[in-house]
Amino acid sequence: MISAHLPILQVIVPLIAAPLSAFCRRAGVAWYLSLVICAVSFAISIALLIQVLEEGHISYLLGSWAAPWGIEYRVDVVNAFVLMIISGIGTAVLPYARTSIAAEIEPHNQALFYTAYLLCLTGLLGMVITGDAFNAFVFLEISSLSTYALVALGAGTDRRALSAAYTYLVMGTIGATFFVIGIGLVYMMTGTLNMADLAARLQGLEHNRTVLVAFAFIVTGIGLKLALFPMHLWLPNAYAFAPSAVTVFLAATATKAAVYLLLRFLFTVFGIDYHILGLTMTWLFTPLALAAMFAASTVAIFQVELKRMLAYSSVAQIGYMVLGMSFLSVTGLTATIIHLFNHALMKGALFMVLGAIVLRQGAATFNTIRGLGRKMPWTMAAFVTGGLSLIGVPLTVGFVSKWYLVAAALESGRWPLAVLIVLSSLLAVIYVWRVVEAAYLEEPPADSKATEAPLSMLVPTWILIAANIYFGVDAGLTSRIASAGARLLLGVAQ
Amino acid sequence: MESVINMALLVFLAGTAFAILRRTTLFSVVMLSGVFSLVSAALLVHLDAVDVAFTEAAVGAGVSTVLMLSTLALTARHEAPGTRSRAIPLIVVFLTGLALVYGTLDMPRFGDPSAPVHQHVAPRYISATAHEIGMPNIVTAVLASYRGFDTLGEVTVIFTAGIAVLLLLAGTIREPTTATKITAMEHHLVLRVVTKVLIGPILLFALYVQFHGDYGPGGGFQAGVIFAAAFIIYALVFGLETAGNALPGRAVRILLALGVLIYSGTGVVSFFFNKNFLDYSVLGATAQAGQHIGIILVEFGVGMTVAAVMVSTFYAFAGQNPPIGDEEW
Amino acid sequence: MEFKDAFGLFNYWIVIVLMMTGLYIVVSRGNLVKKIVGLNIFQTSVFLLYISMGKVTGGTAPILTGKPEVFSNPLPHVLILTAIVVGIATTALGLALVVRIKNAYNSIEEDEIQKLDLAAENEVDEPGARP
Repeated sequence: MISAHLPILQVIVPLIAAPLSAFCRRAGVAWYLSLVICAVSFAISIALLIQVLEEGHISYLLGSWAAPWGIEYRVDVVNAFVLMIISGIGTAVLPYARTSIAAEIEPHNQALFYTAYLLCLTGLLGMVITGDAFNAFVFLEISSLSTYALVALGAGTDRRALSAAYTYLVMGTIGATFFVIGIGLVYMMTGTLNMADLAARLQGLEHNRTVLVAFAFIVTGIGLKLALFPMHLWLPNAYAFAPSAVTVFLAATATKAAVYLLLRFLFTVFGIDYHILGLTMTWLFTPLALAAMFAASTVAIFQVELKRMLAYSSVAQIGYMVLGMSFLSVTGLTATIIHLFNHALMKGALFMVLGAIVLRQGAATFNTIRGLGRKMPWTMAAFVTGGLSLIGVPLTVGFVSKWYLVAAALESGRWPLAVLIVLSSLLAVIYVWRVVEAAYLEEPPADSKATEAPLSMLVPTWILIAANIYFGVDAGLTSRIASAGARLLLGVAQ
Repeated sequence: MESVINMALLVFLAGTAFAILRRTTLFSVVMLSGVFSLVSAALLVHLDAVDVAFTEAAVGAGVSTVLMLSTLALTARHEAPGTRSRAIPLIVVFLTGLALVYGTLDMPRFGDPSAPVHQHVAPRYISATAHEIGMPNIVTAVLASYRGFDTLGEVTVIFTAGIAVLLLLAGTIREPTTATKITAMEHHLVLRVVTKVLIGPILLFALYVQFHGDYGPGGGFQAGVIFAAAFIIYALVFGLETAGNALPGRAVRILLALGVLIYSGTGVVSFFFNKNFLDYSVLGATAQAGQHIGIILVEFGVGMTVAAVMVSTFYAFAGQNPPIGDEEW
Repeated sequence: MEFKDAFGLFNYWIVIVLMMTGLYIVVSRGNLVKKIVGLNIFQTSVFLLYISMGKVTGGTAPILTGKPEVFSNPLPHVLILTAIVVGIATTALGLALVVRIKNAYNSIEEDEIQKLDLAAENEVDEPGARP
């Protein structure tokens, strides 16, 4: 009867593996354990996704206490999809991480690195799967604390990782505290913490001023966590100076979990009928999303360090996700949900390429990539393909996301937004082109000894690139899941 | 009368907070923050949250003050005068505060027994704890059973912090040299004798708090902190070296992980009886007895991880520099 | 609003003042240790907010004594016990970072660290600037 326990196994398998890995003195053993555990997690998430697609939502009562007295795990198509993204990327990063981590982190920290990695995974999975608002906070903090430590490990190569981690810690804690204040205020008015129960009990409290302020605090708190422009200031340095493998993992998963949490609170807890929702979307989310798309992309163009360039690009991409939800339509939310997946694939692959360059060249700047097209052909080809996906060229996943976004804009009659979406893609063309120009059109320095990246890094990179193409050519499966998720959130019949 | 005490404590807290804002000597900032925690604890007792007060006093006024003082010894004594404009932060914070005040307008009044929080969910805990769990302390029952999974998360959080501190600081712990082996307080005879006398009762008290948590205020978390406090006092007076001999860093690291495993292991047992995770009712002859056994086990796990994290964190901080000299205190 | 009404909210208002003082210390001060102290004040005040909403006038601590009594709400107490642990975990990690920053930058003032970081950024174009 293992299948009945799948929801909790999703979280406790990595949770129990984390202390076990702390016993490992050798990094190799810890790595192997983590790899097996992540693969198991990934398998569980796929099983869960299949189960919810067939049977609808699953509820699991922890300690067998009925909700809302106990904590409930509630899996539906939206969070099953996000669980799969997180555990899938978590698995893909590990084979890659071994070489990268060995090169970038001090030897005495390498074994414990995997403990922190498993904890981060546990936290992200736990905050996504839970149906309890306060439990989401607890697991959010597990993921946050481990993330701060993981980012700080970049200090092995650059001390700026420390100040980046500190800034992230302060901003992240303020965000989490705002979230807790918000939860406290809704609890105060309803007496419950269970999300489904909250949704039911908030009916009739539409114009309650306490609930209104709770809404604002929850949105601001999660906004800080997902780096919603202009609360993104912690993100670029954290991504730029974290060890490369950590950047890959965070860029592909952490903000996704936060976007999911925002979706859950906006649409499940407060609900589409909440009177302030439309106003928030029109007057707050749409402008902020547009500002992120343009301002962050513009800043990205002027970066010298490639990791930081892609980090700013991530802020812009979060803009697309937020823009998608601001339409409050099935197509718009489909765009948001599918972009969670697509962006994880493209940014995962692109940051993996940068990690490979860091391994070979010591740093990834426009200076160190000169002529790398010839020296590291497979690595750079992966960057070009991933870059095309980032821009949104047809036959890549990037195109699928943009397609839904533009469709949502046109459907809502706001065609200027559609134009802006296309225009913002042009900014991505510029920064991707700058890399291509340096790598392919410039001569490598005469003394360059750069060689192709090792297979352990190339294979995971190309698996993600292949996924970029595969799900770009045939978006049937992902679109079906995303649109089912969108309908569920909006309460529209399937 | 009740509300007068309440108000007085709150006003005192506000005064402390403003003093912290204004002071630039970091030593007094840290001490005032300890005072803030201690007064909060008093207020929490007054608000009937005895378990919380216990924890806040042990953590806020105890552990976090020790950690902050250790940090000061390693970093700086004074805050540099600010150069940035403080107008924008002030406006942002003021508006945030204003929003919160606006939010209070529809709140139930303080102490109102008809408030929604007293009508839904909580009444079940109050009425059912006696027969479902069978222990007097409702807070322990909710903490370890009804919302036991949150507490597993909490243990994981503190474990994460323990791992994080090790990752950050273990690499820079100095090997003890002959110079640093001399303990700071070797010549304080009175301190040494008093400490020796005190350690026993403190450890005993920790055990009492650990296993009495189901009847009175207390539980694994508070016990872990008190246990660690006894150990930290020992290390401060007799030196890190001596403390390290009594409880080596390697052992602490094992205990750190073991606590989480005890907790999660207790939950896993339920699987073998085809029950949901953390359903303790299978652990005993009756559901109630099972609950009791389960709670004792998980609280033990909590206490172990908490104590180990506190001790290992203290080792990591204190190992950074020569033992704290007299002139610094 | 009647006087009695306003008095019932006064508690919350002071708690809000405490929270905002903490938040203000975090965002306005540049000293890394003081920012952590600010976070502590901010979080501790949120604890007070939660516990205040659980209080019942004339109630007592939620420990069963066998006698029929009015109990304050135990649930906020449980939540805040967890939150305190999260708070000390954050504090410990933050302070460990401060110690490392001091070793790496020889400063714990945000302004100076930003200056040093900015200088590093401007050097990045020169070959061999980064290890």
